[in-house]
Amino acid sequence: MILLEVHHLVKHFVRKQGLFRPPSVVKAVDDVSFTIDEGEMFGLVGESGSGKSTTGRCILRLIEPTAGEVRFRGENVLQFSGERMRAARRDMQIVFQDPYSSLNPRMRVGEIVEEPLVIHKLGTRSERRARVEELFQLVGLDPSFVQRFPHEFSGGQRQRIGIARALALNPALVIADEAVSALDVSIQAQVVKLLLDLKERLTLTYLFIAHDLRLVEHICTRVAVMYMGKIVELGDTNALFANPAHPYTRALLSAIPVLDPDTPRQRIELDPSSFERDAPLKSVGVEHWAAV
Amino acid sequence: MATVPAAARPTPLLDVQHLSVTFGGETPAVDDVSFQIAPGETLGLVGESGSGKSVTAFSILRLLQPPGRVIGGTVMFQSRNLLALTEREMREVRGAGISLIFQEPMTALNPVMRVGDQIAEALLVHGKTTRAEARTRAIELLDAVKIPDAARRVRDYPHQLSGGMRQRVMIAIALACRPPLVIADEPTTALDVTIQAQVLELVRELKTRYNLALLLITHDFGVIAEMADRVAVMFKGKLVEEGPVRDVLRHPRAEYTRNLLAAVPGATRS
Repeated sequence: MILLEVHHLVKHFVRKQGLFRPPSVVKAVDDVSFTIDEGEMFGLVGESGSGKSTTGRCILRLIEPTAGEVRFRGENVLQFSGERMRAARRDMQIVFQDPYSSLNPRMRVGEIVEEPLVIHKLGTRSERRARVEELFQLVGLDPSFVQRFPHEFSGGQRQRIGIARALALNPALVIADEAVSALDVSIQAQVVKLLLDLKERLTLTYLFIAHDLRLVEHICTRVAVMYMGKIVELGDTNALFANPAHPYTRALLSAIPVLDPDTPRQRIELDPSSFERDAPLKSVGVEHWAAV
Repeated sequence: MATVPAAARPTPLLDVQHLSVTFGGETPAVDDVSFQIAPGETLGLVGESGSGKSVTAFSILRLLQPPGRVIGGTVMFQSRNLLALTEREMREVRGAGISLIFQEPMTALNPVMRVGDQIAEALLVHGKTTRAEARTRAIELLDAVKIPDAARRVRDYPHQLSGGMRQRVMIAIALACRPPLVIADEPTTALDVTIQAQVLELVRELKTRYNLALLLITHDFGVIAEMADRVAVMFKGKLVEEGPVRDVLRHPRAEYTRNLLAAVPGATRS
């Protein structure tokens, strides 16, 4: 079952005309299409400025796309009214990268997790309290911490609070935007384990946006590689990592430091003239497409 | 595990013995840490946030800010105990003997100074050159760190450069006085992986060219595997393991090292 379809998504940011400079257009997301099946862990990878976060935000309409279609359970959410979109976000939630800036420092963490329930007018006060406790337990936090403030928690704990908040409304799709990138490796492993565990228990679907290819290879079933606003390669994770077809993917994979000191380094430099920027994705293997 | 006997090793360039640092709390931030770096050698210092790796580096250069202070140990560099030098003598060591590369090139560079001036400044404060020579050297150094069109780029301000280029400028400043030892504190952490690869390649090349010793502080075992000859692992202020990079990565002895390696995504498959 397909849960999310993204068709020809485009987001252009217009840089306003300055006194001495003509207006220019940044094509942050430039004709991006992919689908995510229910229960899937779909990885969207790329380097800074590739458009991966903008894509995630356009899906939730936190940034309004310039053109394209985003179908969630078959319905194009880009045509929803504001009210309908807010209702739809019950099913589509996001976890942000920075657990230090994404939680309101003046709110108690219990209130932070409860807030989505209040906004969507769900349950009585005591039902909401009970739900918050349940959510704290779900993400591995002691429910007696609800009265504390964000600064009293470590980075990993804060990220668990962000996850609890995202799960408060029982979403079907969670967009994890660099959700574990800011964490130390041992803490990162714990939060990743939590995300995988929650996926099974709550039958969640993830759009996992990340720059860490080793992590994505480890946990995602399928992966799309973005470069300068476009998906240059998409496919089954094993196929894509074993046989990268696009010159950019090859360069990117070859740049990852290998843990074994004796593995010979074969760094591939990206030659921008070696590919056509506007080439469409075509099949290069089983469940594997590249813009070559 | 074959450990090289102390006598067989060359005289260390840097010899840190029983270094302890406190910030006034109950547990020391650095607790009885000892390690050595031979000329031309790269020692990787790994650990997670708060393990004390950066505090160790800052203590070596005596750049600790109060309330942090060294409460024990010696830091021998070229046969002098840095902890016993006067501040004036220490200024001679910084930059000319040991230089430092930071993680965040945008905050480490002066935003209102041209990058050429910042490189030249490193030479001029040590009184090694005339202004004209410093200018020529700045261009040579930018060229050495592979910044294209160096003669024009010396006039750029940091904001005109990309993250990778700024880190190259930092490296150029660090190398300006030809120090035998460079301390690099998470030098590529803020960079994209393809840019990181280029910067690491550059560091490797410069190391060989100038026979530099390197204390490389990082949390990334992949970077350690690519760069380091030996590795030291820190946890809660203590050195829990130290040895040749192959031994530590393949047969970690300390439980903490094993757990840390196991947490690296995909580590178990290689």
